[in-house]
Amino acid sequence: MTRKTVFITILFAAVLGTVAMFAQQQGIQAWITGLGGKPALAVPVFRASGVAQPFMDAFNSTLFSDLDNSGLFEIKPKSVYPLNNPQQPADLRPEDNHMGFALPDWGGAPVNASDLVFGYAAATNGALALYGNVYDTRQRIESAQLFSQRYAGSLDQAGAIRVAHEFANDIIQKFGGSASLVGSRIYFVSNRSSKDENEIWAMDWDGNNAKRLTSLRSLSLYPGVSPDGSRVAFTSWAKGTPRIMVVSTETGRQLPFYNQEASLNAFANFTPDGKQIYYSSTAAGLTQIFKADLNGQDFKRISHRNAIDVEPKVNPKNPNIIYFVGGPGAQQIYSMSADGLDVQRVTNGEGEASNPSWNPDGQHIAFSWTRGYAKGDWNIFVMDVSTHEYSQLTHSEGRNENPVWAPDGRHIVFASTRGQRSQTYQIYTMLADGSHVTRLTQQGNNRYPVWGTK
Amino acid sequence: MKNESTNVRVLFCALMGMALLVAGCGGKKAPIPPPPGPIGGSGNNNSSGGSSMQKPVIASFTAEPSSVERGQSALLRWSVSNAAEVAIDHGIGTVASTGTSRLNPAETTTYTLTASGPGGSATATATITLTAPPPPPPQTNNISGNTAKGTIESRVQSDLQDVLFDYDSNNIRDDARNALISDAEAIRKIFADFPTATINVEGHCDERGSAEYNLGLGDRRATSARDYLVQLGVPADKLKTISYGKERPACTESDESCWQRNRRAHFSAGQ
Repeated sequence: MTRKTVFITILFAAVLGTVAMFAQQQGIQAWITGLGGKPALAVPVFRASGVAQPFMDAFNSTLFSDLDNSGLFEIKPKSVYPLNNPQQPADLRPEDNHMGFALPDWGGAPVNASDLVFGYAAATNGALALYGNVYDTRQRIESAQLFSQRYAGSLDQAGAIRVAHEFANDIIQKFGGSASLVGSRIYFVSNRSSKDENEIWAMDWDGNNAKRLTSLRSLSLYPGVSPDGSRVAFTSWAKGTPRIMVVSTETGRQLPFYNQEASLNAFANFTPDGKQIYYSSTAAGLTQIFKADLNGQDFKRISHRNAIDVEPKVNPKNPNIIYFVGGPGAQQIYSMSADGLDVQRVTNGEGEASNPSWNPDGQHIAFSWTRGYAKGDWNIFVMDVSTHEYSQLTHSEGRNENPVWAPDGRHIVFASTRGQRSQTYQIYTMLADGSHVTRLTQQGNNRYPVWGTK
Repeated sequence: MKNESTNVRVLFCALMGMALLVAGCGGKKAPIPPPPGPIGGSGNNNSSGGSSMQKPVIASFTAEPSSVERGQSALLRWSVSNAAEVAIDHGIGTVASTGTSRLNPAETTTYTLTASGPGGSATATATITLTAPPPPPPQTNNISGNTAKGTIESRVQSDLQDVLFDYDSNNIRDDARNALISDAEAIRKIFADFPTATINVEGHCDERGSAEYNLGLGDRRATSARDYLVQLGVPADKLKTISYGKERPACTESDESCWQRNRRAHFSAGQ
């Protein structure tokens, strides 16, 4: 090869590499925007057959401007839409090679929409019928439907505008009310009833109906909720040393849990099938990770490291991937198999990392990190676990810790000292892009929130 | 045109006249005032603006209170002028001209403040004296636990000193070793007076690591301290380790002096 050829080859490779890296860096941002910023809608043009078609211009522009003016959505530009779009649910195919009849054609690049709005109109019996649908682009067809509805109006421009308003209104209602969070509960720690006692509490996803679950009159921390929301495991000093306890969320009654003979048993977290619990114990000397049945029996040591290992968190889509926090040295997030093998460091070693929380998709985590700030100055980040790209959600407005995903995979609950005079925490929720920060608690020191389906 | 230029000329002369008047008719010009000097130093020997050639002046350097019991803190307070640099020894380092520092000395310590500048330097000292805690009041009843030898709680609190650690570490430093040696002896006496008592060796951390990781680190500190005491002859079955992570700080300031106080093994009476 001549030197010139070599040079050109290297240059070409460098350009390709840069383009690839750039494309990759768009990945985490696209995911976040797609799911947690404003919902990102794709709204292809609705058509009609026959005599209804002349009124569709009015329909489409009304639908678009109602959705746009609501401020609730990011509407993806038509210039990146695929060639085709479905007009009715029956048109949907599982995959379509980007031609437009498959949901991934709309959920992936370049459209990156979280939801697809589609349908058509027809003239029936002298009236205008509009068939509208909204589907989640990131689900399989069977579970993607948000709603489908038929609307009727007069067969003229006024009628077309009216059905557009009704359809837009239904879409806005559907998203504005955060319908998918209704019924979910947040479990957390509070000392609001007595300054020196920390108990386990529960409240609705919006902060209402707070009620105390425990009356141990001691220090009780680090709750973990079962996947079906029926029980909460936590760590309590009620008997002297930190030990794991479990309560029923319905009755508040304590359920049995066997604690090993150890100075420390803590950080109980449920497996996705709800049948086992991972936890940390000093039974073998250093704080290491164990697994046991729901009542603590049949325990087995999982991690075998010369370090302090805490916070085991099982991947909701793959029970053979366990994330945890450990040393040696500055604390970082690691992964291991369900047998404690194949240990790898997940965070890059900068600063200190903590509190990994799995998104229900099993592909992203939220976590706390001091990267870019001094020790102790924690902020919340989101990371794609396959590419290790991350995005920073908080920016040192106080300390921001213990992020946990909501069951909808779009919202995050966390604890923050922002705006507090002393080092007390309050509990907040936010969307996955860090926006819509909403305060849920007022009095006392409120910490360690976890989000249950009920 | 003619009128305008005449008017201009008249105006000009009037202004000049006013200027001359203001400048001091019939006398010398007023002197240009000097620029303000540094705080507290103007008007002395040198009249060339600024008094940077003056020696630093230490207006005050005090310890409040000047006597504390071990474990209590005292506040150093100082006010210095004319200094380019102010420093205090015993690890405090360079400080602002006016300020305070809360300290928790392990023994009677004399602090020296040195203020230096182009004009020279000055020093001052302040001493924090460590006194023994007051003895418990004499008891008249002899119900066990509440006698002239004090309660087990008061003995543990007064006779056993904290063991301090470096960040993210449970290594026994030299100062920690000395504390443990002294504690082992005090524990021997406590167990002699209270044969059925047990003592908790608590592990604590400063505020900066995560609470969860700190729970494990606190356990290591408690274990290190407990193991060393056992090596010194304290019966292992009478010592119980309990980690509190960063849940029970001894102080809450966000500075190294408070953080060091919190990175500790601490003793309490067992149940």
